[in-house]
Amino acid sequence: MVTLTIDGREIGAREGETILEAANRIGIYIPTLCYHEAISPYGACRLCTVEVNQRGRVRLVASCLFPVEQGLEVKTDSESVRKLRKGLMELLLASCPDSERIQSLAREMGVAETRFALEENKCILCGLCVRVCQEIAEKSIISFVGRGTKRKVATPFFIPSEECIKCQACAYICPTGAIRFEEGKLVLPT
Amino acid sequence: MMPEKVLGKRINSPSELEALEQSIVAKRDPDKPCVVLCAGTGCRAAGAEEVVDAFREEIKQQGLGDKVEVKSTGCHGFCERGPLVVLRPKKIFYQQITKEDIPEIVSESLVNDNIVERLLYADPATGEKIVYEDDVPFYKKQTRILLGANGEIDPTEIDDYIAIGGYSTLAKALFQMSPEEIIEEVKQSGLRGRGGAGFPTYRKWESCRHARGAIKYVICNADEGDPGAYQDRSLLEGNPHSVLEGMIIGAYAIGSHEGYIYVRNEYPLAVRHIGIAIEQAIEYGLLGENILGSGFDFGVSINRGGGAFVCGESTALMASLEGKIGEPRAKYIHTVEKGLWDRPSNLNNVKTWASVPLIINKGAKWYSQMGTEGTKGTMIFSLVGKVNNTGLIEVPMGTTLREIIYDIGGGIPGGKKFKAVQTGGPSGGCIPEELLHLPVDFDELTKAGSMMGSGGMIVMDEDTCMVDIARYFLTFLEEESCGKCVPCREGIKRMGQILTGITQGKGKEGDIEILEDLAGVLRDGSLCTLGTTAANPILTTIRHFRDEYEAHIKEKRCPAAVCQELIQYSIIEEKCPGCGLCVKACPTQAITLVAKKQPVILDQSKCIKCGACYDVCKLGAVAKR
Repeated sequence: MVTLTIDGREIGAREGETILEAANRIGIYIPTLCYHEAISPYGACRLCTVEVNQRGRVRLVASCLFPVEQGLEVKTDSESVRKLRKGLMELLLASCPDSERIQSLAREMGVAETRFALEENKCILCGLCVRVCQEIAEKSIISFVGRGTKRKVATPFFIPSEECIKCQACAYICPTGAIRFEEGKLVLPT
Repeated sequence: MMPEKVLGKRINSPSELEALEQSIVAKRDPDKPCVVLCAGTGCRAAGAEEVVDAFREEIKQQGLGDKVEVKSTGCHGFCERGPLVVLRPKKIFYQQITKEDIPEIVSESLVNDNIVERLLYADPATGEKIVYEDDVPFYKKQTRILLGANGEIDPTEIDDYIAIGGYSTLAKALFQMSPEEIIEEVKQSGLRGRGGAGFPTYRKWESCRHARGAIKYVICNADEGDPGAYQDRSLLEGNPHSVLEGMIIGAYAIGSHEGYIYVRNEYPLAVRHIGIAIEQAIEYGLLGENILGSGFDFGVSINRGGGAFVCGESTALMASLEGKIGEPRAKYIHTVEKGLWDRPSNLNNVKTWASVPLIINKGAKWYSQMGTEGTKGTMIFSLVGKVNNTGLIEVPMGTTLREIIYDIGGGIPGGKKFKAVQTGGPSGGCIPEELLHLPVDFDELTKAGSMMGSGGMIVMDEDTCMVDIARYFLTFLEEESCGKCVPCREGIKRMGQILTGITQGKGKEGDIEILEDLAGVLRDGSLCTLGTTAANPILTTIRHFRDEYEAHIKEKRCPAAVCQELIQYSIIEEKCPGCGLCVKACPTQAITLVAKKQPVILDQSKCIKCGACYDVCKLGAVAKR
């Protein structure tokens, strides 16, 4: 067991637990987008970023991955955290302006509009579908292909997979409705 | 080419190694003429392979076959003047030689004892012809502790490395030192990782040694991907055994028995030479089981990277080694505890590994005398761009940028003015003239908003547009970002769009502030250093060249006359004799010839601003602004 403080509250946590898990357990809300408690954390959306003071060293870390430690001081809603989250939401809102989930998170962060040219993406590349297919369905039908702005979620060579068990977990977990099933067939995000 | 003289016999003890070294040295006459040819990548591009073959042939023909040795080596560094040849033992230095020069070199300088005057290097400052390699200003002001041996050994010959004392440090480490003593020596030396972060090497080693786990790995990061950088490549190509020896010593200190060299597949010569080196070291019992009879086992495998820049990041490299997508993961739990396959892993850069045998051999005190308070030793830079002497240089840390660019680099070509130097690769910053007095080390470069990186150094002259440069590096990083985290993937894309807009005359008031905002999101939010440092080129160019940004945005003008959409070509009538060269060069028939001795006419509506007329006009009658 270790003791740490989150937003001034001193709490005990078991070693190996992440800040996000510890915070969730005591009801402190940290926004997330690429996180789901049933699968392994990934650290891609960065929305769960919090400010930690680690033996005097202050920095911003992804709470879904950062392991708790003795004496750690965590601020989940400091000014620098809020500023970063706003910046992230402005980018996401420009990328996926039609997603309800993105719109509501943007409102929550106080982002009313974006300064960037709007795109028409649905997929935010959070990787939840990829991980659920790998870890829960244990099929790894889909994965990321390409790099950078050309990154996509796809089946190998974009060919429909015969291995897909149509469990639809990917569509269920997708926060933006980008990956879906139509007439029993997997439709990849475009 | 396979190794020619492998002993075919294991060396079973330090004394056997010493005996071998002595027997190799005894067989070699230091006074025997030796033609040392640089066959590094730069010289190869300039035709060095042809030159090597022609030399061998000519020497045979002139009957010197057994009197003169020919050695093809790795990079000597002075790439601007390649192909290079050094005639030992006197070290006569000829440059920019071609196949056709060889009969004369052989008959004049090898058969007789004359100098071929026309192939000597002339100091551009004084016009003085320089005969000996050591007197060339480019070399004279360097301290080549890592690169120096490149000019002495054939990298495919382990005996060459042993002849200069190679692997004797390994023997010393294995038989006379405990792992703790080695780590202590590295600590005292002050060695910091040469991959870019500058983390104290001993701390990594110590943490990895103490990390829990029976299996530990050492990794050599040779995934050099910065545009214009080739220092790691040249070390692996020119002196692969020095890297191997460093890795074996490190593995012994850490308690690892398995190592990997992750090298870009685009470096075929480096891959080949390190492969040959591993084979030869195994054959001699310097790698594998029971090294030198010490009881210590260590093996190394080569992994060829597919060329993704991000795989130079340690966790992405390890993911790639595991056969996964090369994308970074959070390092909240350090790789020295959980790295490759979740086992303790110690990764160092090529230059770091190559420094280790020197430190253990000559001692921490010797090493730490070089450099600055916070950064000891030397650094290899690839000095490229608008500088007279492009090439690989090695200087003590603390050497000023001015000394590097002017004293070693020979200044800016064509009488142009210096504008900025970009250090540290695509995520480094641009340093202006006012800061040329900066002593180069990890801390000073970081303070200036740039970084050491892996040792890239790109010099830019007055014809460089700093907004365009920032755009170029951002475009590179946009292509190379793995795309995993939002700030890096989306942020770099947006910064690139804004910069492209500015260079096309579509910049708006407030763009600079948006760029600065995004830089903050990248710095604070990105998963790995590719993202956290990606804004450096923008931030430093805004800091030091803000007026150029403003000229683009407010006046729709590119002061360096680089950004195509913002420039216009015109004919200076009083200078134009109507020769018609530009008329022929123009691909869109935008220029018409009126009459002889009459200036030509340029139709702006047809001009695509390709610059062909400007390039072809010898009289300066085409204006660009």
